[in-house]
Amino acid sequence: MTAARAEDAPPVAVANRPAIYDRVGAGGLREALRRMHLIRRFEETAEDFYVRGKSYGTMHLSIGQEATAVGVCAALGDSDYVTSTHRGHGHCIAKGAEVGRMFAEFLGRETGYCRGRGGSMHIADPAKGNLGANGIVGGGIPIAVGAALSAKRLRTGAVVASFFGDGANNEGAFHESLNIASLWKLPVLFVCENNQYGMSVAFARSTAVASVADRAAAYSMPGVTVDGNDFAAVAAAAFEAADRARRGGGPTLVECKTYRTRGHSRSDRNRYRTKDEIEAWKARDPIERFERELSALGVATAADAASLREAVEREIADGVAFAEASPAPSTAELMRDVHTPAAAAPR
Amino acid sequence: MSRMNMVQALNSALDVKLAGDPDVLVFGEDVGFFGGVFRVTEGLQQRHGEGRVFDAPIAEAGQVAVAIGMGAYGLRPVVECQFADYIYPAFDQIVSEAARLRYRSGGEFNAPITIRAPYGGGIFGGQTHSQSPEGLFSHVCGLKTVIPSNPYDAKGLLISAIEDDDPVLFFEPKRLYAGPFDGHHERPAVSWDGHSKGDVPTGRYAIPLGEAAIAREGGDLTILAYGTMVHVALAAAEETGIDAEVIDLRTIVPLDIAAIEASVRKTGRCLVVHEATRTGGFGAELSALVQERCFHWLEAPILRVTGWDTPYPREFEWEYFPGPQRVGAAIRRVMAE
Repeated sequence: MTAARAEDAPPVAVANRPAIYDRVGAGGLREALRRMHLIRRFEETAEDFYVRGKSYGTMHLSIGQEATAVGVCAALGDSDYVTSTHRGHGHCIAKGAEVGRMFAEFLGRETGYCRGRGGSMHIADPAKGNLGANGIVGGGIPIAVGAALSAKRLRTGAVVASFFGDGANNEGAFHESLNIASLWKLPVLFVCENNQYGMSVAFARSTAVASVADRAAAYSMPGVTVDGNDFAAVAAAAFEAADRARRGGGPTLVECKTYRTRGHSRSDRNRYRTKDEIEAWKARDPIERFERELSALGVATAADAASLREAVEREIADGVAFAEASPAPSTAELMRDVHTPAAAAPR
Repeated sequence: MSRMNMVQALNSALDVKLAGDPDVLVFGEDVGFFGGVFRVTEGLQQRHGEGRVFDAPIAEAGQVAVAIGMGAYGLRPVVECQFADYIYPAFDQIVSEAARLRYRSGGEFNAPITIRAPYGGGIFGGQTHSQSPEGLFSHVCGLKTVIPSNPYDAKGLLISAIEDDDPVLFFEPKRLYAGPFDGHHERPAVSWDGHSKGDVPTGRYAIPLGEAAIAREGGDLTILAYGTMVHVALAAAEETGIDAEVIDLRTIVPLDIAAIEASVRKTGRCLVVHEATRTGGFGAELSALVQERCFHWLEAPILRVTGWDTPYPREFEWEYFPGPQRVGAAIRRVMAE
């Protein structure tokens, strides 16, 4: 069994300003840092909801994976689409979701993104091109292919990023999707967040190839593996894939190697991995690393980062207050949205 | 005899079959090293080895299809589908292959496989961790469908399912794993300790597929239920003070129609309850059968209490779940006719 091992965190070399940073721009980099903090604080706050009995059921935290969500979405605009996973809070926020409406969904309020009907695993935000988190492993991948075909047919210029985990790369839906997208040259970024475990099962014990990116060869598309905890590496791969997709060059498979430092879900006691492994990955925290780097490059000083974190705290507090003040859905609307409402009777 | 909750009883059934039959294998997502999300396979890999109890990639269609091939050539696999809600990628293999293998080969091949799936709601799982899809499978010829309501039955029925030569869907109500649940979610959860069905023999025993149990004898009306709803029906009978006979079907295919007929002919009234959605649910089949066979004994229309025709709504969990109040109201309506 090949357990996942964190490499030593490389020291940040000030001289090596990643080329992709010129494209993202200083404002874009600060916004990326803000979103990574917002994701982290959203999830920590959501976790606290459960601890204090304000929310119930289960949820899946992406703490430690923020650079992947934000790095990919840095290459996307509001008119581009994403499909997401059961571990989808980061994707929602990276694509521009409001944390207040996300908290409201957690608390089952009418102002939630799914009017309280979905919960943690089903947050969708059509206004920002987020076609939805998904409780079914691999469920969003083929939907992304369809969204890409729509974009191509309607000539919107949009590209679609489909997030999925390493567990999903063994589902039939993944393989069908890659073949169709490549065959029809569709603008899709297949983004595998390889966090090393499909629940309790280590990647090497579930998957016949050494890297998910190796699968790309079977479907005649480029496949790249990047350090998913390195914003620059993720963003560079995402921009390249998005550029190719927008040119009509078809899909790319981008594998981001990362790690969830929390358990699979609330009930996970982490019995299948060692404390040392978890601590080694925590030492490679993507947010701390990015913040250090931006500081070293002079893009965001320590004072900038501090005021940004304060702004995130206010946004979180406002979001919680909004959610808690929001009304519960009415049981009179129990049957709402099962079907499209019938057309109004002619007047 | 030993005190067991439903998880332990199911674990015991698997343990007994693994020990007694070298052809039995157990596999699925997280069932090996980890012991399963709900701990049903805990310790089995350590006791029986990685060749007998093992993890599979997340690929439900592949898992079931592999099981069919194993079954056709001499093995007796037990697949765990982590949640019943995850079974749909395997639907094609179950419906087009497993269910028909015997028929289309003129009886030459069969698929002696058991597909276990934690099922049902009441745990705030939302729409992809709460469903009750038994009606999709009872509609398919060639499959058997089992839904236990207590630890004793769970073990005996799982042993029968594994020993059965046909493909069996074995749905385990999640809300009953730790204790009986009568639908009163506002009350503290109770365990199987002290429940008569929590006394479970440690060795092998089998409860035949197709034999219902009378969970409560009564003369006023017959309630047909299975899984979690057996406990809800019992609570509703007590709370309404109406002398209901509660039949725990235990297996819906094959169905113990004789037990149903005998009860309805005795009481003259029938209520059908299930947690699954209403339209086209197994309750419709039960209602039709009772009408066909007991029409002249019926003193009131047969009613159904079911989940609403919606996806399982996270925030409306207890509006969706047919609890004792809704069942009680239906009992009174059937009695009022």
